[in-house]
Amino acid sequence: MLNNFTLGQFFPGQSVIHRLDPRSKLVCTVLYLVLLFVVNTWIGFAICAVYMAVVIVVSKIPVSNVLRGVKPILPIMAVTAVLNLFFIDGTRILDWGIVHISWEGIVFAIKMMIRLAILIVGTSMLTYTTSPIALTDGMEKGLRPLQKIHLPVHEVTMMMSIALRFIPTLVEETDKIMSAQKARGADFESGGLIHRAKALVPILIPLFISAFRRAEELALAMECRCYRGGEGRTRLRQLRYGWRDGIAYLSMVLLFALCIALNFLLPNI
Amino acid sequence: MNHLISLSDVVFEYPREEAAPLRVLNHLDLTVEQGEFLAILGQNGSGKSTLAKLLNAILTPTGGVCTVCGFDTAQEENLYEIRSRVGMVFQNPDNQLVANVVEEDVAFALENMGVDPKEIRRRVDQALKQVEMYEFRQHAPHQLSGGQKQRVAIAGVLAMEPECIVLDEPTAMLDPRGRREVLNTVRQLNQEKGTTVVLITHYMDEACQAGRVVVMDQGQIALNGTPKEVFSQVNTIRSLGLDLPQVTELCWRLRQAGVPLPEGILTEPECLDALCKLLGGGVK
Repeated sequence: MLNNFTLGQFFPGQSVIHRLDPRSKLVCTVLYLVLLFVVNTWIGFAICAVYMAVVIVVSKIPVSNVLRGVKPILPIMAVTAVLNLFFIDGTRILDWGIVHISWEGIVFAIKMMIRLAILIVGTSMLTYTTSPIALTDGMEKGLRPLQKIHLPVHEVTMMMSIALRFIPTLVEETDKIMSAQKARGADFESGGLIHRAKALVPILIPLFISAFRRAEELALAMECRCYRGGEGRTRLRQLRYGWRDGIAYLSMVLLFALCIALNFLLPNI
Repeated sequence: MNHLISLSDVVFEYPREEAAPLRVLNHLDLTVEQGEFLAILGQNGSGKSTLAKLLNAILTPTGGVCTVCGFDTAQEENLYEIRSRVGMVFQNPDNQLVANVVEEDVAFALENMGVDPKEIRRRVDQALKQVEMYEFRQHAPHQLSGGQKQRVAIAGVLAMEPECIVLDEPTAMLDPRGRREVLNTVRQLNQEKGTTVVLITHYMDEACQAGRVVVMDQGQIALNGTPKEVFSQVNTIRSLGLDLPQVTELCWRLRQAGVPLPEGILTEPECLDALCKLLGGGVK
């Protein structure tokens, strides 16, 4: 359980997409998400899907992996579609008491499903190709301007990176506590849901206590190494934009422009 | 009066609710000289960890004066000057590594001090090479053994290029191999780079490797001298609740049994030598 412990769904690789600056990937993903809700034409969706398909192929992430990411949200997609189906009014093609389905409703529901599917694929491509560490780095650097409006960007990213650092440690600790409780006769495998949930209490309490203790010691160790918040801090690893990032931004801008243009020029296709 | 660290008449009390404050250090005087390797021994509760925390201004004395490189630790504005000169390594290797990657953890202190990235890179590489962890620079902390983590922690302190390193029971949670790794690293630093080392420990064999040993008892210094001097005071050591190093213990018992061995034997080779001399005129 512990030796092959990987965090999130990062899929290590050396592709162009992997080597993009995390800031570019973050910004492009956000733009892409916004775009998905702006697009309103079938051809626009097709272009967005093709764009994502190209990203997947270039990043060399197995397609089966990407599709597996969509699976858990299928129920959500279905519910959204059904709701849209019933609540959008227009040319009625079915009247059944208070339930009526319109042509516009069907179209909207299908578009919403496509939107959600591409959205999930798009965001999971970000986490597939960017390690959590790079992602926090990117966020710290990329969101720095927000510090001007007093958002605690450094503090939040510091907390995220410490959380990432301690997840394996705490998982290991949970394992140890579980073994210790099992050795004293605790039973985690049988009984109903409530019984099992109750059995977790003797694991969680020692875990929390030890986490607090660790936090205190870590704070002390950080102070000893002259930590005093984000001000005046430099970084060992400098993020640098390269030619790849230029291409990424350019392609995203072109995609954006194209899809908006299509919205106006060919609104019905 | 050019001591690296000097404590004069230092008192430290922990405040307690509804009780008189708990006095942990009781009018203690101690100096640490540039380049020395000082071991501090003592039972649990003798105040040795508190003493360590005074040395880099985590705690400030409630009475008396503690100066580090000429800076008074009681003055707030000296805080970072002191902390970048006296590095601290703690007992639990897991709870002092901050970053997800070894090299970034080593860089942590330098990042905090606002050092230029190029200089950070140089010092990080140098520090990792010193503790022989350079090839692990891209690893995550949880992929390392206890001894390796502790050496990374030492590198993190070394990168600050401090005058002195204080280690608070750095080997207490390690296996014998990890202990050996860490101790060798510390000794090398002291001998080759001349870094001042203050090692707080409860392992007698570790204290034997130091240049000077201070034994603490009830917030005061009970014994102070070279390992030979300190460990030849068998009865005092025992009455302070401490053990002798194994070799010294053996020699002491042999002497009690009437074997004419010299006093102050600390290491196995020394013991072997003495026994050989006794048995057959230096034959090995």
